[in-house]
Amino acid sequence: MATTATTPRMWNGGRSPFNLEYGKLMMWYFLMSDAFTFGAFLISYGTTRFATNGWPNPNKVFEKAPFIGGGFPLVYVSFMTFVLIISSVTMVLAVHEGHKMNRKGVVKYLILTIIGGLIFLGSQAWEWTHLYMEGAWWGRNPFPNYDGTISTTNFTNFFFTITGFHGFHVFSGVVINIIMLIMTLKGTFDKRGHYLMIEKAGLYWHFVDLVWVFVFTCFYLV
Amino acid sequence: MEHTLASLAEEQHVGGGRKEIYRVTIILSVLTALELGLGFAMMYMEYESLERHLFKGIILILMLAKAFYIVGYFMHLKHEIRNMVMTIVVPLFLFVWFIIAFLSDGNSFRNNKNKWDRDHKERSLQQMPVKEEGTHKLE
Repeated sequence: MATTATTPRMWNGGRSPFNLEYGKLMMWYFLMSDAFTFGAFLISYGTTRFATNGWPNPNKVFEKAPFIGGGFPLVYVSFMTFVLIISSVTMVLAVHEGHKMNRKGVVKYLILTIIGGLIFLGSQAWEWTHLYMEGAWWGRNPFPNYDGTISTTNFTNFFFTITGFHGFHVFSGVVINIIMLIMTLKGTFDKRGHYLMIEKAGLYWHFVDLVWVFVFTCFYLV
Repeated sequence: MEHTLASLAEEQHVGGGRKEIYRVTIILSVLTALELGLGFAMMYMEYESLERHLFKGIILILMLAKAFYIVGYFMHLKHEIRNMVMTIVVPLFLFVWFIIAFLSDGNSFRNNKNKWDRDHKERSLQQMPVKEEGTHKLE
């Protein structure tokens, strides 16, 4: 008997050795694989950027914001970043309420999370539309490099591909959260006796926020 | 089965709590504000200057700190069992090699091309014609 009374015998069967429910563990492994997908995108972006002479200045490209006009670099994207962080916080709070089996709390925070996601998607739609109007799209880059030399289309190609792929994740996250909201309202989780499903949706939503941390830094700051 | 799931949900309730959530929220906001502050400061630096690269490095470190707080506290990984954490984190260390190998590959590709392909170097020195505000809009 190597195990003492204080250490639970995790590998003797009858319980999950990782102390995690199957679905949650698989969500983690899915997210790990998704991290590799986004990582591959960002590394190819980095490689291409290192292999290119000059690069457009993000402070010149992303200087416009709705209502206040041009000349405000970083302002709009900071707004988007904070919206996503706050929606991540409300999602943690929804999971927290789920632990306490408080249906009303879960509904409240899920709605707030969905609203945050929709604001983010709307902001991204505005930014894409604005850039498209400026003449930027896949294969078209109207922005010169820092030193005024002719830029390649690498910048716009990677920008639209990666923020588009992230935006698609946000979109599917919002859809998943709406499904969770409907299931909560119908009382499905109360009948099951646990809110583990909210935790899995929460993991996905936090991952979307996590990816934005990297995308935001790589495209707007660095 | 249902009973074990419910008990799993019970057991996982370690750490966390509203206080921790608010604390991490504040940390994440402060880190983001710091990043933005550095980003604004960088606008006044010379392109490709040493201090600019230094600031970029600091921003990347802050980015990793933010990732740690999101994964560790919001995604609860810090309170999971160590064996499980390792199955997630260890594969991600591949990125260390990815970053070193691919970025240096891109860098040497640029250097070689500039060195051996004269046209390429000259083309990349051409100035882009300055356009008036609004004239490059699609219509």
